[in-house]
Amino acid sequence: MRSAQLRPLRDLRMIRNVESKLHDVVIVGGGGAGLRAAIAAAEVDPGLDIAVVSKVYPMRSHTVAAEGGMAAAIKENDSFEHHIYDTISGSDWLADQDAVELFVKEAPDELIQLEHWGCPWSREPNGTVAVRPFGGMRIQRTWFAADKTGFHVLHSLFQTTMRYASVNRYDEWFALDLLVDDGRCQGVAALELRSGEVKAILGKAVIICTGGGGRVFPFTTNAAIKTGDGMTLAYRAGVALKDMEFVQYHPTGLPGTGILITEAARGEGGILVNKNGRRYLQDYNLGRPLDISDPNHPQNRTMELGPRDRLSQAFILEEQKGNVMQGEYGSYVHLDVRHLGEKLIDSKLPFVRELALNYGGIDPVTEPIPVRPVVHYMMGGIDTDIRGATSLPRLFAAGECACVSINGANRLGSNSLTELLVFGARAGHDAAELAAGSEIGDVGALEAQATASESRVRGLVSNGNQGTERIADIRQEMTTAMETGAGIYRTEESLRATCHKLVELRDRFRNVNLDDSGLRYNTELIAALELDCMLDVAQSVAFSALARKESRGSHQRTDYPDRDDDGYLKHSLAYREDDSPRIEYKPVTITKWPPAARVYGS
Amino acid sequence: MVDSITLEVFRYSPDSGRDSFQSYEVEFRDDWVVLDALNFIKDHIDGTLSYRWSCRMGVCGSCGMMVNGYPVLSCSAFLRDYLPGPVRVEPLNNFEVERDLIIDFDDFLEKLHSVKPWLVREDEAPVEAGEYLQTPAELASYKQYTMCINCMLCYAACPVAGHEPEFIGPAALALAHRYNMDSRDQGREQRLDILLSNEGIWDCTFVGECSVVCPKHVDPAGAIQQSKVSGIVDYYKSFLTPWMAKK
Ligand SMILES: Cc1cc2nc3c(=O)[nH]c(=O)nc-3n(C[C@H](O)[C@H](O)[C@H](O)COP(=O)(O)OP(=O)(O)OC[C@H]3O[C@@H](n4cnc5c(N)ncnc54)[C@H](O)[C@@H]3O)c2cc1C
Ligand code: SF4
Ligand code: FES
Repeated sequence: MRSAQLRPLRDLRMIRNVESKLHDVVIVGGGGAGLRAAIAAAEVDPGLDIAVVSKVYPMRSHTVAAEGGMAAAIKENDSFEHHIYDTISGSDWLADQDAVELFVKEAPDELIQLEHWGCPWSREPNGTVAVRPFGGMRIQRTWFAADKTGFHVLHSLFQTTMRYASVNRYDEWFALDLLVDDGRCQGVAALELRSGEVKAILGKAVIICTGGGGRVFPFTTNAAIKTGDGMTLAYRAGVALKDMEFVQYHPTGLPGTGILITEAARGEGGILVNKNGRRYLQDYNLGRPLDISDPNHPQNRTMELGPRDRLSQAFILEEQKGNVMQGEYGSYVHLDVRHLGEKLIDSKLPFVRELALNYGGIDPVTEPIPVRPVVHYMMGGIDTDIRGATSLPRLFAAGECACVSINGANRLGSNSLTELLVFGARAGHDAAELAAGSEIGDVGALEAQATASESRVRGLVSNGNQGTERIADIRQEMTTAMETGAGIYRTEESLRATCHKLVELRDRFRNVNLDDSGLRYNTELIAALELDCMLDVAQSVAFSALARKESRGSHQRTDYPDRDDDGYLKHSLAYREDDSPRIEYKPVTITKWPPAARVYGS
Repeated sequence: MVDSITLEVFRYSPDSGRDSFQSYEVEFRDDWVVLDALNFIKDHIDGTLSYRWSCRMGVCGSCGMMVNGYPVLSCSAFLRDYLPGPVRVEPLNNFEVERDLIIDFDDFLEKLHSVKPWLVREDEAPVEAGEYLQTPAELASYKQYTMCINCMLCYAACPVAGHEPEFIGPAALALAHRYNMDSRDQGREQRLDILLSNEGIWDCTFVGECSVVCPKHVDPAGAIQQSKVSGIVDYYKSFLTPWMAKK
């Protein structure tokens, strides 16, 4: 084995001015949203210099894990109107209707574009792309690449970006802070994992595409890297985090690991049964079940194809009735796909079979899969307008880290991947146009800010060995507090306890211990920085939830069980303050679809 | 019933330049993978241990390591299959080590880039024209080669990659083949030079280890074989009858 070439050592305590690198557009994040934005920016003008900064190699981004598919109305029996209505009612009327309308209309072109870039979509016999049913959608409109859609989307985008010489990648660089000059965002301070050095990566416009933050909860489908960093970057720069109380639980995760069993399993006809073998969803206002042999099973927007918030809530209510099964990792119900047969499972759900076999020891062809609700997605995020712009000039955000909002109080499955493309492309385009006609701000001032970021990081490392708190302990106490107090059902009391705990943990974090005082690939330092971000994200979730005294979509307060349109048909905005966030509100944009009851079941 | 298991983990510090093996004893759990044990060590025993991981579901491709001398995804390698231990964990073979279990694979990304891993078209249709048609059978002819997660296990297993670092290698060649086989692609000719170069398909001696270790059944060895067959044809066509190669 050849050992790595040694690079010159640098004293950790030595702070000197950081160097900068200059680009036109700086994109933080190399997932679906970031890569789509990069291509859009590159296409505005090949002369522009685009930087993609990502803490992992882009193809490791969590978009890779998306399974089921992505929605766009293209088939003859479908219409924009249907997709819009499904999305708005799915959001429990908290989505902005102008944003949804635009999203739905731009979706088909984006998906076709991705097809032209090589995405291996599953096909109909005549060669057109195939679609499958998904929860909360009244018409089949979910495009899919077997059950590895996100994987194919991400690799197609990543490989396509290689065509563009103007896209420069900073792989394994961790963004620490936004750099702001004269009220305009002009870059990020970032830490190179390999060298441990901090640099100012400057650009005339910046787009944050850092994904969600499901890791603030203990049991989640989200990968280790989903720690909400980009949300925190914006939050610390004074931008609001919008609708953070809305956290999606996916109804079907494998107990123990939290590995997702995609909704496509139900889209293809899988059913959910309790310990008595009953399809219990019929007891929760989700319609009447059709027999699995009925040619009309599964019915759209009914039973197993209801929306995720309602299905996850039904699980908790079944649990309270004692109708669920108990296992080593808590209670569960069964997702049964046996009747679909081996052939269909292998052609349309091969990953489900692989995951259930590898991680659950269950072959779905012969046994039902144990599942329970699991934290999956954040509807909330960085407050943006329908062009992806934030309140901080020259700062954009797109993808799961952003809240436009098209998802409102509950996202429909398969809308998120589409959102990455539609809003990633818009943000990339606009950022590039702005950058093209302008000069960079005061480089010296921006570098000085990056130097301050570097000192913060160095301080963490050099004080680390005097700390007394282990990263893993604070992290675990944080995730436990989130699950117990800010989970599927919440109360004033449970949320107060969680908020209180988070303030305590934020304080204890000041005393965090690091074993690792090295510079290069100090992954413990990264874990500490991520925890720091997660504490901010967790606070924004818990405090926004405490302030919203109603139940809507995924936010269910047992002390305020009804939706309250008079009081709360509005977006919450969390602003960062020293101890705990300040919560404000702004109106929801309602255009043609007045708030109504959410009705599921045909 | 075993209640603990020992991991012998390769350590390399780029700051001091020293390398060694370090033993850690962890609780044995039947449903733990090697990665879970490493995470336990990092969280509770030794925060300095460095390695890459993300999805813990075998799809992001970050966590490849040598476990008892064999390249695997550590998030899919169950401790129970290595009882009673000790379990030896090392960075992937055939790569330079950055630190502990972290390898430098930037070279792969350059090789990948060199095979033009994107759809090449003479005429790029506008989106308004709708999707390019492709039948399920056409899709099936290349689908397998799209499944590569870039985990680098095949490079760690490949004897040619071991002594010829310039070899483009299994995954990048399989991806080149993936685009060549895609009915929507027209870039076969543009990829020909690199595939037929000294570092291309002819470097492969068909040991086939890459296909054995591949966790996603991509079968890079098969892809290279198929490329050789069509490569010979293309080669002679371009050599003897230049006009035929253009089709
Ligand atoms: C298991 C699973 C299955 C899913 N299935 C579906 C589905 O079928 N359909 C659907 O529509 N949606 C699905 N979703 C949701 C969807 O996949 C995600 O919302 C979406 O992929 C997020 O993409 P993104 O580009 O916003 O972020 P990500 O893909 O998460 O990328 C984030 C990027 O930001 C970078 N980054 C983060 N922090 C930093 C930092 N500090 N410095 C530098 N870089 C940073 C990361 O390196 C990464 O490149 C699923 C989600 C999960 C977890
Ligand atoms: S071909 Fe297989 S082993 Fe090689 S990088 Fe791709 S997935 Fe990994
Ligand atoms: S952690 Fe993603 S493949 Fe193992």
